[in-house]
Amino acid sequence: MVVAEIKNYTINFGPQHPAAHGVLRLVLELDGEVIVRADPHIGLLHRGTEKLAETRTWLQTLPYMDRLDYTSMIPSEHAYCLAVERLLGVEVPIRAQYIRVMMDEVTRIKNHLLNIGTHALDIGAMTMVLYTFREREDLFDVLEAITGIRMHGAYYRPGGVYRDLPGQMPKYQENRFKNAQTVKELNEPRNGSLLDFLEDFTNRFPVYLSEYHTLLTDNRIWKQRTVGIGVVSPERALQLGFSGAMLRGSGVEWDLRKKQPYEVYDRMDFDIPVGVNGDTYDRYLVRMEEMFQSNRIIKQCIEWLRKNPGPVITDDHKVAPPSREKMKGSMEELIHHFKLFTEGMHVPAGEAYVAIEHPKGEMGVWAVSDGANKPYRIKLHTAGIPHLAATDEMCRGHMLADATAIIGTIDLVLGDVDR
Amino acid sequence: MSAKLERLCHQLKESFGDRIMEPVMALGELTVTIPAENYLDAMRQLRDDPVFCFEQLMDLSGIDYSEFTGYQGKRFASVSQLLSLTHNWRLRVKVFATDDDFPVVASVMDIWNVANWYEREAFDLFGIHFEGHVDLRRILTDYGFVGHPFRKDFPITGYVEMRYDPEQQRVIYQPVTIEPREVTPRIVREEQYAKGDGRG
Repeated sequence: MVVAEIKNYTINFGPQHPAAHGVLRLVLELDGEVIVRADPHIGLLHRGTEKLAETRTWLQTLPYMDRLDYTSMIPSEHAYCLAVERLLGVEVPIRAQYIRVMMDEVTRIKNHLLNIGTHALDIGAMTMVLYTFREREDLFDVLEAITGIRMHGAYYRPGGVYRDLPGQMPKYQENRFKNAQTVKELNEPRNGSLLDFLEDFTNRFPVYLSEYHTLLTDNRIWKQRTVGIGVVSPERALQLGFSGAMLRGSGVEWDLRKKQPYEVYDRMDFDIPVGVNGDTYDRYLVRMEEMFQSNRIIKQCIEWLRKNPGPVITDDHKVAPPSREKMKGSMEELIHHFKLFTEGMHVPAGEAYVAIEHPKGEMGVWAVSDGANKPYRIKLHTAGIPHLAATDEMCRGHMLADATAIIGTIDLVLGDVDR
Repeated sequence: MSAKLERLCHQLKESFGDRIMEPVMALGELTVTIPAENYLDAMRQLRDDPVFCFEQLMDLSGIDYSEFTGYQGKRFASVSQLLSLTHNWRLRVKVFATDDDFPVVASVMDIWNVANWYEREAFDLFGIHFEGHVDLRRILTDYGFVGHPFRKDFPITGYVEMRYDPEQQRVIYQPVTIEPREVTPRIVREEQYAKGDGRG
């Protein structure tokens, strides 16, 4: 009798696969259609951010943080600024703290919209991404109005934020594709200040969220593709170093915004959603609820920011530059400005590990200074690494098609993993 | 927060005695250095002992102290950031490799599985070997990369660059053609700078 020799089959998933969310190379060992082993090869987007930081001044390092997780840029700057501020011991003005919290939450919504949209796209729900990107566009407009750039804002600075919120929004203009009537309608929410626009968005957003729920939450196909896929028990989630929505999806109630509050999160009223089963569907529900909670936080920030004008960056000119007006009028301020932008600030020797609740999980910056104008070592802990490292465990025993569902659920961005 | 950390500091001294160095409290964070020979046992105790309960290893990374201003001591260290969800506190643990030329540190992969990739990364970037690690491959650098790029003696420009050679019709490696360029020099100010005679 001849017995057919059956061998496992190895395939390459990526690095150019559209569902790989960037340049992930996943070597999958298959037994038929069942995954036996998944070996992610990362580093195709490694830019050596930490090494580059050692050759740049503390301020020049900041824009690199935007490039880590290029789908939610601002919170990465936040972690870095907090680390530098802890080393320097500078106080951040209260208004800047509110602005930071508001922008973090705007980014959280933006990040989760991308995640849910593309996750659904990956596993077959084409239309979802069209809706979520429509809302993302509004948030990009917010970021553009505040920072001047749609993506890599470089808005947070050690000691505060670069500038105050703008009093007006950019408007649509008539062209051969848009007539006067359309432009008027489009500009309706943009006639006031940025805060008016954002408030209008927060009023509209719960309606959008319910639309997504209608599309996905009880959708039979969506549930078939996500319920029971990539189950992680709470014990394993801790062992595997999970954080953020991945940890909460497994039923561990842990959110740095509540447990180790930074900035003004302790003044905010919001809830932490927690999953039950630790599967892909639960993590989806956690993210949906997080968006709703972020929306609440943004509303509270808007209300406070309307009533309380004030400085947005520290007046310690060893850390932050003086205003242009003062700089042109005073010799001392001119020297400060010159020294700050040629030599840069000197950060006292020491080390600090600061962690924040990034949309993807815990983002930590371990900054080591020996008193120079450049960091001695910056270690960036990004949430993506442990999550991606767990892909192997999560994929084992699942079908090949579920690999996409699992990559989608870990909210993968390779810029964040590879640094 | 600091009262809590003082409690942790006190308990560390009580439980470990002279098996660890004196814990250092600075900027609201606690750092403890553990000698390499006690490292593995101490880490296991830090996780399992209900007094400490460090369920999570948030980060583990290498560091090369060779150019640290005013530093004398071992060159390479592996630094872990531990987090306890039960007690809601953090601890930074440092362990220095005893040999500078061939740094070896025990692997904590069995204690926290997440250490797998972190240790691969520290091995890749700093050349620290983790004893007991089952899969110590390079992780971030290119396939076939030579050297450990995050060491302080490794130039920022690297040694080789890659390009497509139209004659051979394949990708080739060649020595780098760019010069290292430093726009802002690295400066460490002396302690009394701008404080002395008021002229600064």
